[in-house]
Amino acid sequence: MRRSVIALLAVLALAGPARAVLPGEQLADPRLEARARAIGAHLRCLVCQNQSIDDSDAALAGDLRVILRERLLAGDTDRQAVDFIVKRYGHYVLLKPPFEPETLLLWLGPALVLVGGGVWVALMAKARSGPIAPTPALTPEEREQLAQRLDAESAS
Amino acid sequence: MKRLIFLAPIAFFGLLIAAFAAGLGRDPTKLPSTLIDKPLPSFDLPAVRPGDAGLKSSDGAGQPHLLNVFASWCVSCRVEHPVLLQLKAQGVPIDGLDWKDEPTDGAKYLVDQGDPYRLAGNDRTGRAGIDLGVAGVPETFVVDSRGRVRYKVIGPISPEEWAGAIKPLMERLRAQG
Repeated sequence: MRRSVIALLAVLALAGPARAVLPGEQLADPRLEARARAIGAHLRCLVCQNQSIDDSDAALAGDLRVILRERLLAGDTDRQAVDFIVKRYGHYVLLKPPFEPETLLLWLGPALVLVGGGVWVALMAKARSGPIAPTPALTPEEREQLAQRLDAESAS
Repeated sequence: MKRLIFLAPIAFFGLLIAAFAAGLGRDPTKLPSTLIDKPLPSFDLPAVRPGDAGLKSSDGAGQPHLLNVFASWCVSCRVEHPVLLQLKAQGVPIDGLDWKDEPTDGAKYLVDQGDPYRLAGNDRTGRAGIDLGVAGVPETFVVDSRGRVRYKVIGPISPEEWAGAIKPLMERLRAQG
């Protein structure tokens, strides 16, 4: 019993995440296929939008995997093969958005928030740590009142 | 002034909430087309209807028209179909691109559901559709008389979108000639 559990766990540990890349789609050249996998893992499937084309079983994802491999076989660089698909479907297909003028806010936004928040905290801290105004001296009336109260307290 | 600084993070938070609320209402499947104001990518497709001429990317040139991407297996296309038939009755030229479909299935679909198309081509492999940036069916392109894409509808054309956006655009394109 124990052995079979350990064997099962070992098998589960060996199992990688399932990929939808079909055997018929794969290239004979392992180096080209590895490049195709590296690119495909970062291209968004247009049908199931939070999966890469390598993870998706959608027919369109399969077509895009085949097109990607055709481009690589035709001698495209990785960049050219990606551009081929971006030209058709836009930057949205890139799971990692490029650093470009229109994505500046996306990339630099968190840093801006951090800097802005830091400035705000500094301003607030400065406002609080200013010198404390000296307490004005008691007026003669207040002195009188205080003396009366103290007398009343010591008498009781 | 000091009080305003104190309110700054709350105002910023409010802005974020407004941006996220606006984003929630957007449909993530409606992607902007990369083809707007660009010429149609070239394709030359065999006929859907037996004995027909098929569909070439250059066919529509000369007058503004619609290029409707459909498939016999597509459920929303059946929803859209009556709208297309109405548009045909109004004299709107519509070309059909039968995407990732067997020609016989496409032909049967047009016999069963009615045929709104001026020209219809079969894109069995889906390559012409992929060149057009088609992610699903139906999608419809408004093409001007010079063969450039001017507008893209993702999903079925609703009577509202026709009346509100597509019809005025096509009238403008016709006036420009």
